[in-house]
Amino acid sequence: MKNLLISILAFFILALLALGIGLNHSLAYVLIVIVPYAAFAILLTGFVYRIIKWGSAPVPFRIPSTCGQGKSLPWIKTNPVENPSGAWGVIGRMAQEIFLFRSLFRNTDVAIVDERPVYGSAKWLWFCGLLFHWSFAIIVLRHLRFFVEPIAPWIGALSALDGFFEIGIPTLYLSDAAILVGLTFLFLRRVVVPQVRYISLFTDYFSLLLIAGVVTTGLLTRHFFPADLNAAKTLAMGWVTFSPVVPQGISLVFYMHLCFVFVLLVWFPASKLMHAGGIFLSPTRNLASNNRGKRHVNPWNAPVKVHTYEEYEDEFRDKMKASGLPVEKE
Amino acid sequence: MKKHQWGMIALGLVIFIIVVTFPFWYGKGKTSPPPQLSLDTPAIAQLKEKRCVEDTSFMRESHMKFLGTWRDGAIREGKRLHTARDGRVFEVSLSGTCLKCHSNKEQFCDRCHNYLGAKPSCFSCHNIPGEAKK
Repeated sequence: MKNLLISILAFFILALLALGIGLNHSLAYVLIVIVPYAAFAILLTGFVYRIIKWGSAPVPFRIPSTCGQGKSLPWIKTNPVENPSGAWGVIGRMAQEIFLFRSLFRNTDVAIVDERPVYGSAKWLWFCGLLFHWSFAIIVLRHLRFFVEPIAPWIGALSALDGFFEIGIPTLYLSDAAILVGLTFLFLRRVVVPQVRYISLFTDYFSLLLIAGVVTTGLLTRHFFPADLNAAKTLAMGWVTFSPVVPQGISLVFYMHLCFVFVLLVWFPASKLMHAGGIFLSPTRNLASNNRGKRHVNPWNAPVKVHTYEEYEDEFRDKMKASGLPVEKE
Repeated sequence: MKKHQWGMIALGLVIFIIVVTFPFWYGKGKTSPPPQLSLDTPAIAQLKEKRCVEDTSFMRESHMKFLGTWRDGAIREGKRLHTARDGRVFEVSLSGTCLKCHSNKEQFCDRCHNYLGAKPSCFSCHNIPGEAKK
């Protein structure tokens, strides 16, 4: 509970700071010209740093999780993706994990029925997690329309598909609605379920609140307090071409959106959000399950000093002969 | 750690950096000036006071919502007259009011819409005479 309160407090302090920066135009230069580059640089270097740090961690043994029948005798049916024995199987398994969250799909729930534990499938976490991540990806890709000129055709096509139902003016994007559903579920799950609340840390709540802040201010900007999009794109193109200009008359909500996004960029490599890169380095997923099929030698095994029987005999042959012991070599 | 694993990690990081810096290399560093909207039409030239239905910043930010209320009001409730905040009265009509002044859709509407990838559905019904349909 303490973690939840601290993260809500931290989020509100952040929101107030963003509000203050939005109202105080003397800080606009810092926010528009300096912070974006600093935040982006921190994202890139932090991301690379943490991946290299994880890459340097020793993995002396293969520890793939085996979720299906491994490669065995030819007449035993194998499951090459759930228990891969080669590179292609590993690629298939990683693709399932990254694009479809295969291991979350296995999530189960337990309930006590008539004093006996009963296990059942629990797909809500998987579904809302998938909803959230895919929506977030689509939203980020859609934002590229502000960052490239001319707009690549696939960005326009994605936006058109996302706004297929043309609900309202401006069109409601389905990913915007979906991400709200996903975020709400993921947050409430941590607050409502006692076991999950018990293991939730500051980073869990704060990451969700921060992304919710980005999404909310973004939706407010789009649907309730429209920003001058021409100025918004000019601003974004200024960053991309390294000639940022502080725009005039940008709305407060839009300033808050920017503040939250920059905090997210900095927070990303410093927090659990690094699972975006870390999932590629999961040893239980990215190693082929050929523990016995191939010989794996720990690459940093220390050279063990051995003294073989032949060497022993060479050393003591005279003494052995003298005392009448049998020797193998005369 | 074996060497080929570092190769995979390096490959992954290179792909990551190329993907996240997409906007920086896509435009090849070319600067593109923001669209200049042309107000040079005969109807606007004749106006004594060059003022749209509402003020410029409101029109820039909210014209789509504004036109949406015009559309809904006119079609569903038959409201054919709009009183602006400063008391002037306009006929609720995209073709008859908006496009009377802004008769240069390609130099006015389209410039921003293309720049921002906005695809308003107005012009799928409201035909612009002489404009080739794409």
